[in-house]
Amino acid sequence: MAVTSPVATELSDDSTPGGGSGGLGRFIGLRLLSGLGTLLFVLLFNFFLFRLLPGDPAARYRAVKNISAQDLARIRDELNAPVMEQFWAYLRDPLALQGISAWKGQPVWDLVGGRAWPTLVLLGTSTLLATLIGIRVGIRAGWRRGGSFDKVSTGVTLLFYATPEFWLGLLLILTFSSGIGPFPSLFPSGGVIDSGIEPLSMAGVVSVAEHTVLPAVALAAVYLAEYSLIMRASIVDELSQEYLTTARAKGLMDHVVRRRHAVPNASLPTITLIFLNIGFIIGGAITVETVFSYPGLGLLTFEAITEQDFVLMQALFLVFTVSVIVCNILADVAVAVLDPRIRT
Amino acid sequence: MSTEPPSVMLSSRAAARARRGAALRRFARSYAAHRSGMAGLVILGLFALIALLAPVLFPADMLDITKTVQNETLEPPSGEFWLGTDEGGRSILAVLAWAARASLTVGVAASAISMVLGTLVGIGSGHYRGLLGSLLQRLTDWFLVIPFIPLVVVLAAVLGQRGLGTIVLVLGVTSWPGTARLVRAQTLSVEGRPYLERAKALGGSDWHQMVRHVLPNVMPLVLANTTLTVALVILSETTLAFLGLGDPYLDSWGTMLDKANGAGAASTGAWWYLLPPGICVILVVLAFTLIGRALESVLDPRLGRD
Repeated sequence: MAVTSPVATELSDDSTPGGGSGGLGRFIGLRLLSGLGTLLFVLLFNFFLFRLLPGDPAARYRAVKNISAQDLARIRDELNAPVMEQFWAYLRDPLALQGISAWKGQPVWDLVGGRAWPTLVLLGTSTLLATLIGIRVGIRAGWRRGGSFDKVSTGVTLLFYATPEFWLGLLLILTFSSGIGPFPSLFPSGGVIDSGIEPLSMAGVVSVAEHTVLPAVALAAVYLAEYSLIMRASIVDELSQEYLTTARAKGLMDHVVRRRHAVPNASLPTITLIFLNIGFIIGGAITVETVFSYPGLGLLTFEAITEQDFVLMQALFLVFTVSVIVCNILADVAVAVLDPRIRT
Repeated sequence: MSTEPPSVMLSSRAAARARRGAALRRFARSYAAHRSGMAGLVILGLFALIALLAPVLFPADMLDITKTVQNETLEPPSGEFWLGTDEGGRSILAVLAWAARASLTVGVAASAISMVLGTLVGIGSGHYRGLLGSLLQRLTDWFLVIPFIPLVVVLAAVLGQRGLGTIVLVLGVTSWPGTARLVRAQTLSVEGRPYLERAKALGGSDWHQMVRHVLPNVMPLVLANTTLTVALVILSETTLAFLGLGDPYLDSWGTMLDKANGAGAASTGAWWYLLPPGICVILVVLAFTLIGRALESVLDPRLGRD
């Protein structure tokens, strides 16, 4: 996988003697700098993307009931200003901290903040599930390449890879939540917690878990496919390496060769992928949360689309993009910590 | 080898043609050895046939809700309606066949746009060493960071006019960075070969170098990559349509799922409405993925995929 960042390749001309922790600090510093560059680009892009909007954006606020006359006047002035002036105003406040949702008439960041934790719970659970299962399947399939486990698991993996995650979600609702035939309704299919329960109590945790199982399974099934394909490919790459022959020649058992020698070396691409995949999982969360009425940032995105609330959409898009930039940096740093060759 | 060596009498043009023909036959033979790749071709051929024959098998009247009012709505499969009916009383089988046209058209058209953009940016960033090259490379890296589905969703929502053309455009202009990165890497490796040095020494223009020497060498990989892009685009179209950002007047598998969800198919147990569109998406995406992987492994045996 070509997952090395542009900075990593630029760094290769620079030969810091020893590598050491100083090299790592320098690497992280440069990586943060390039992340900042990406962030600037994204901010610019975000501005012009939402200026493609046809029609009169101020008109969208007329329908909002509980917006104050003062806010409305301010918004109208802002939206009627020339583009360059708007751009200048945007540069001074790129996060739109004062942004008012056209749909709810509330500050957008209040809306976003209130919806963040369910998405974090959902993405965390599904990434954990997908990683644990995907890596194991990939290792086993790659180690006995061409064997029956490899054939079956690669087939199933490609099948899940082709599945729209929200469709899987709909099927899960159909079977486990609505109840089909002899199956009773096992899991709830809406919300993240039953009403009237404190989220930080024992009952609250159980209720959140109940609501998260089905959407997390729908997301995990699709992404574990990718992890297992990558893990399989990197194990296959390692199979022909000489150090494995050496390890076998020493008389090590097959599973020891696999666990202690092959897997650590093959893990790097998968570790990178886990971080880099966050962008795709966010994409999946939009539809899956919509299907399950799971009140996170994905469902909020869907609501922003149906309500034509572009201020809210802009804030959400920024949150998603910045999370991906941060995860990209984390991926590079994680790999640099694990593999000293990359730093120097 | 069944091909006879080109005789000395052949003109250079005819020799080139013979060589290309032989290469193509060799390629077809190694592709045919890929069982999963052939399975992908068969599935795809089947769906292409259904898409082409849809107007013959199911007259357009069957999709007109004003003409299906007498039918039972959301009826389970029966002798008359093999896959049951939707919330407008239309035969799900007929809608499914017509939807194949929209889904395949979007997939192929958007991937074509993405292929052209990705190849241009990729070759450009690999060939030009100065400001232009690094600018194109940065642009690719930046666009790779922006999460794909949120970008597609926001762009479609901002553009607002929900025609098929808009969807094709949105998916086409967003899915190129992966291709560009691949093409750039390949261009860099081609640029290092001696015949490019020769072309440069003989005074070949940048255009000549890129079009006559680099492009033919990156094209096979681009085609394999584009096949995989079609899979991604079809999945993304399904997502867009499901979120209500598709063409409301045109049935695609995504809009079917959107309508099924809107009609409460999941909570009322109308499995005959939910299953078929999803299975069609899976099969077509799987077909393109299998073909793309087989092409990749024929072109680059180091990948070692079976």
